[in-house]
Amino acid sequence: MIDQHYNFAYLDEQTKRMIRRAILKAIAIPGYQVPFASREMPMPYGWGTGGVQVTAAIIGADDVLKMIDQGSDDTTNAVALRGFFEKTAGVATTSKTADATIIQTRHRIPEHELTADQTLVYQVPIPEPLRFLEPRETETRKMHALEEYGLMHVKLYEDIATHGHIATTYAYPVLVYDRYVMDPSPTPKFDNPKMNNCAALQLFGAGREKRIYAIPPYTKVVSLDFEDHPFEVQKFEGLACALCGAKHVYFDEVVIDDHGGRMFTCSDSDYCEERRAAGHVGEQPDFMSSETGSGGKTEHAA
Amino acid sequence: MSDQPLLRAGSISKFYGPQAGCLDVSFELWPGEVLAIVGESGSGKTTLLNCLSTNLAPTSGTVEYRMRDGHLRNLYDMGEAERRFLLRTDWGFVHQNPADGLRMGVSAGANVGERLMAVGERHYGNIRGQALDWLGRVEIAANRVDDGPRTFSGGMRQRLQIARNLVTSPRLVFMDEPTGGLDVSVQARLLDLVRGLVADLGLSVIVVTHDLAVARLLSHRMMVMKSGRVIETGLTDQVLDDPREPYTQLLVSSILQV
Repeated sequence: MIDQHYNFAYLDEQTKRMIRRAILKAIAIPGYQVPFASREMPMPYGWGTGGVQVTAAIIGADDVLKMIDQGSDDTTNAVALRGFFEKTAGVATTSKTADATIIQTRHRIPEHELTADQTLVYQVPIPEPLRFLEPRETETRKMHALEEYGLMHVKLYEDIATHGHIATTYAYPVLVYDRYVMDPSPTPKFDNPKMNNCAALQLFGAGREKRIYAIPPYTKVVSLDFEDHPFEVQKFEGLACALCGAKHVYFDEVVIDDHGGRMFTCSDSDYCEERRAAGHVGEQPDFMSSETGSGGKTEHAA
Repeated sequence: MSDQPLLRAGSISKFYGPQAGCLDVSFELWPGEVLAIVGESGSGKTTLLNCLSTNLAPTSGTVEYRMRDGHLRNLYDMGEAERRFLLRTDWGFVHQNPADGLRMGVSAGANVGERLMAVGERHYGNIRGQALDWLGRVEIAANRVDDGPRTFSGGMRQRLQIARNLVTSPRLVFMDEPTGGLDVSVQARLLDLVRGLVADLGLSVIVVTHDLAVARLLSHRMMVMKSGRVIETGLTDQVLDDPREPYTQLLVSSILQV
């Protein structure tokens, strides 16, 4: 039910125009962090205020919105933000990746390949990849401006020196369009290759840090590495989803009893449901059947 | 020594409001030469060093540097990107307090390797190899390569800072009181090390110090500063053994004899 007390998608029109201008600038300079006048939102920082503002600025009445948190459509953050847009914009929502025109995400890029008519909106906690290496914001901006990125490799060097391999598993720095080093927000590095040459527009919003950045469609995105320690994604050898039997996807580990029992399921809940609907089965296909039932539907909230 | 100067300062002045940091300083530095700038606290030594090393823009005057292609360029006409590139490749800067010149949060190896990575080295094995080599040259044990500078003593930190600066084979190194805060035996070792490196690598060095013993051991030539002005210049032994200006005589006679 749309709430008439709010402007469409909560933000007033002037604010949306301001955010759109920042988005356009971000798209024009791939990977560059554009400052914007981030607003107070009716949710705490850390809950996706940046992503919500970006989504509010680009969403139209005809859009179909998908909200994911850690890959899943039915976790707290996803449910809360989906409800927010159902209430303030009255748009259709879905859990199906293929049906969505806007996907707002925290942590994951859907397993399903994205298309040119989709936009992926990331919620970003810390947009500055050099933050923990160089504490001064004035200095990090200068380093971006002058393309001084040697320091980023110092972090990777430390990883190898300490752990014997590059142990950074999330927020793995990437070089966008051969120019700006960018923090892909806390997505697992498993998803980094999906950013490269992606058909969909990717927008990143950091509410607390007041930054927006973007990767335009079909843009080169390279994960940083060393010649003798090349970038590689996590491999989950021997693991398969307990529900749908999928291999080589990103998994959630689910503790199922008090005796150390655990199972692995697809982190991307829509992908898992799609596979089960197509007849794929894992080792424990019925385990979750009593709890699920909300996913897989496209519902109109108006 | 080449017959052309590496660095030429032309009447540098720096004012802090009405107060002069340094006034009308001109000199030339030749390749392979070690120049000491001495004087008491507040005489403008560090201001001058910062003006020369592009950390602080002088109010007036020029600083020209002979680039590797042989051309003399005014540093303050260059873009900031080029200046910063120069600062981390062809130059070194050794701070008095090693914490200012080191990244305290990362290991010794990464500290030495940072400049290599900054100029595009992307092979971990090579970076580590060079880091180990340089740690050896500044007498830091190879098994400390993965330890952070916080676990190092003051003397080791200073030596690590020197290694970090020299890894890209700079031609000019600025040193601001490199032995300040170190006890005398560590000072002696550090000076010995620096002297050896300077001779081996043919470095040009501008060293700022209030310690005349450091100037005598390291430098070929020295400038004595007082109230922002250079009052006496000459060969180190000449100035120290036969000071001309009353102020220099006072400085030399103030050295404690044991």
